[in-house]
Amino acid sequence: MQFTGRRRKLTVHPQNELYGHCLQLYGQPPLENISLSEFETFAVERLKLLKTVENLGVSFVKMSEQYSKKLHAEISGLNFPFRPEVDESSLSKSQAGPSEYEKRRKDHISHFILRLAYCQTEDLRRWFIQQEMDLFRHRFTDLLPKYKTEFLHRNNLKYDTMSLEEKKKLSDQLINSSYGLSGATIVEQDFYKVPFQDALDLVRTRKVFLQGGYAYIPHQDIVTIVLNDFRTRLSKALALTARSLPAVQSDERLQPLLNHLSHAYVGQDYSIQKNIGKVSLEQIDALSAKSFPLCMRQLHKALRDSHHLRHGGRMQYGLFLKGIGLTLEQALQFWRSEFIRGKVDADKFDKAYAYSIRHMFGKEGKRTDYTPYSCMKVILSNPPSQGDYHGCPFRHSDPELLKQKLQSYKLSPSGIIQILDLVKGMHYQLACQKYFELTHNIEDAGFSLNHPNQYFMESQKLLSGGKDIKKEVEMPQKVQENAAANGASVQPQPNTTQAEEEMGDLDSYFLDE
Amino acid sequence: MSTSDYDPACLPDLLPLYYRRLFPFSQYYRWLSYGGVTKNYFLNREFSFTLKDDIYVRYQSFSTQNELEKEMQKMNPYKIDIGAVYSHRPSQHNTVKSGTFQALEKELVFDIDMTDYDDVRSCCSAADICSKCWTLMTIAIRILDRALRDDFGFQHLLWVYSGRRGVHCWVCDEAARKLSVAARSAVAEYLSLVKGGEETVKKVVLSDPIHPFISQSLSVVERYFPQYALVGQDLLSSKESVDKVLSLLPEDILCHSLHDLLNLYQTEKNPLKRWDKLKAVVHHKRATSKKGGQYFEKEIMLQYCYPRLDVNVSKGVNHLLKSPFSVHPKTGRISVPIDLRNLDKFDPFEVPTISLICEELDKPRAGEEEEDDTKDKENETDPGERRKIRDYKRTSLAKYIKMFDQFLDAMARSRKGEMLKKSDLQKEF
Repeated sequence: MQFTGRRRKLTVHPQNELYGHCLQLYGQPPLENISLSEFETFAVERLKLLKTVENLGVSFVKMSEQYSKKLHAEISGLNFPFRPEVDESSLSKSQAGPSEYEKRRKDHISHFILRLAYCQTEDLRRWFIQQEMDLFRHRFTDLLPKYKTEFLHRNNLKYDTMSLEEKKKLSDQLINSSYGLSGATIVEQDFYKVPFQDALDLVRTRKVFLQGGYAYIPHQDIVTIVLNDFRTRLSKALALTARSLPAVQSDERLQPLLNHLSHAYVGQDYSIQKNIGKVSLEQIDALSAKSFPLCMRQLHKALRDSHHLRHGGRMQYGLFLKGIGLTLEQALQFWRSEFIRGKVDADKFDKAYAYSIRHMFGKEGKRTDYTPYSCMKVILSNPPSQGDYHGCPFRHSDPELLKQKLQSYKLSPSGIIQILDLVKGMHYQLACQKYFELTHNIEDAGFSLNHPNQYFMESQKLLSGGKDIKKEVEMPQKVQENAAANGASVQPQPNTTQAEEEMGDLDSYFLDE
Repeated sequence: MSTSDYDPACLPDLLPLYYRRLFPFSQYYRWLSYGGVTKNYFLNREFSFTLKDDIYVRYQSFSTQNELEKEMQKMNPYKIDIGAVYSHRPSQHNTVKSGTFQALEKELVFDIDMTDYDDVRSCCSAADICSKCWTLMTIAIRILDRALRDDFGFQHLLWVYSGRRGVHCWVCDEAARKLSVAARSAVAEYLSLVKGGEETVKKVVLSDPIHPFISQSLSVVERYFPQYALVGQDLLSSKESVDKVLSLLPEDILCHSLHDLLNLYQTEKNPLKRWDKLKAVVHHKRATSKKGGQYFEKEIMLQYCYPRLDVNVSKGVNHLLKSPFSVHPKTGRISVPIDLRNLDKFDPFEVPTISLICEELDKPRAGEEEEDDTKDKENETDPGERRKIRDYKRTSLAKYIKMFDQFLDAMARSRKGEMLKKSDLQKEF
């Protein structure tokens, strides 16, 4: 009971001002202390949300009814804020689920955590900005007019408006520049005058009146300029964050976590070897043609052809093999037998390469049980250079070569065109998924591909007639694995909901003092 | 040998003369320095040369006008392209850490090429042009020039004949040079109306409401359409070309009025009246049918006449474009500025070739009257420069360089205006 009192007090905390509106421009970083576990949960869940934003944007027309509906469901499902007003009744602890205030706090904090993780490279920044913008566009559009206006006021977003006289003078042009405008609505509605560079989406589609380098934007389209503002601020902020990153990275608790966040896909990490020992070395050649994704098939072929793979290739392929169930002994035998057929003799292999394979299995060095690379990692980090065969063939191959390769694998010409179109649109994972569908002769893969080991698993599932489905589904989601194994002081047990809550309460208790 | 005859084989002999005595280096340097407002603007600009046998040299850069002059006189490039202003000197791009060498600014450029109109011109195809189809370039310039000035607020537009079959536009305003890739592509898309390739028949589709930009562009097209398309291109003269026009009409109108339409083809011989009757028949049908074909005549006119941009050239900051005053190796014509005040009179076949101007240089002087012209300047400029001025003034290149001068003067004036405004603002404090 006493806790309720404390909670109430907390809501009038100055920070509360920050959460007065369900949408914010993330101008102020959070200043409170939070537990490491909360830090991680927040980050992971926002990443999940952004990932959904990305997937929906690929599968549906952005801002279409279906898109908005699905995105709305995801936002509320992950307990991110979507209600315009703070529901007073939900502030009391008796209500099930987190309060609106807590959701807003989570929105705020999680955004800033991901900034840290996603400011490091150009690619990461671009991805992050794109998803955050799509999310913001949806959330802003979803607001009732009165909350939109309130949002503008609160964030001090003022744009030059046209005078009534000006509007009357240009009324014909204004009417003909946007949908659903008439003489009457023009008088009623505010029109904002901004440099055309700030409203490119409207300029591109010729949905706004332009004169002398200025775009005249009706209030109904104001999301465009707000979004432009949002993008400008975010990209500046990310550049600044990147500069101060070394300070954050020196924190040994956060550094592995942030790295993990920016590299790994949230979801199954395929490091748990349920199927360990289920694959024999003799099967690999056949499996590589049947069930390996193109990236691994390419690596396997390169290894068989040249009896060697460089470091990047060994990591990507070795961890994948570990993920499909090779034991350490099998892996050592596999790599040795191949390498000694080339320029490396057994002695040199044992000295120079065996270590790195044991290392991969967590038997050397800092004993990290490395997880197989996700698609995102393969696509975004460590691009292949001269002599490398790793990377994502859809991302890192010349389209013409990719085409030839697909032709040699007997894919239908129409299928190849579809794949190349996806590649052109930079939808590498979808291209791979299409490759899966074509090579397995199915209409719809029925999953969204984001991990080479997932590809393998799904393929095996399909080829063995779905016998293994149940077991696979049971594989627990274990996102924290990497950080935990790295010895960071993050709660190692996934089942810590209760502990987290207590920690949260404790934290707020201290904060209150 | 007639004066305008150009033989590509002579190019290697003519280029040294052109670069030594005629190429307007001082104006060129003045242009690309932009008043020296931004540090290293000229220094960090990429030039690329196409040498004999299509040897392509990228990432050339020069610190001074003199260096540029010396290098061009040494290399005698067949073609000169201008690229972006980079973060570092392009000639040293290999020495900086990868990723840090980046294209920062460039003029906003447009490239319109006659080959893109092949499906709508009957007079020529591919690289060929004639005075008939040149009207398409005139229309393109009128439409784009108006939009870039009125809609986007740009002032310093340099329109240049490419030397063969098209025109280029260099938008040189500071704001234009600073545009991001996204902004460039947005501008280019705003200006593009004709969409689709070989697999698309109907390439222009209008929808309600008609944007002011489209109405403005239409009014330009309407001015040229009857004379150019109906009379000049015989749009409705042969069965084949009529069929092509009819294929742009909506299905239902076509079904219902095919008879009427073919009838009019037999009874009416005057192309202008045929067009009127075609419109009348379709409008009549439109009244009875519910939707579609509302803007059919506008769409046809636009498909046949609206400028077709090479959007990719405009989008990229680092995209190269053939430089003004570069020679076109195939035609020998100099890439010269186009005078918009006399746009309708511009004739690409009158543009001087390198052989013509080199020949003019060799001719004995017609009179000494030009002497007076340069007299007052003699005290200011050094003798070498003065001789060069006298050189080009004796050729047909003179009027184009004068135009270029006027363009540069206008830019200098508005730069000065900007600076005055800025210092006025400062005085208020």
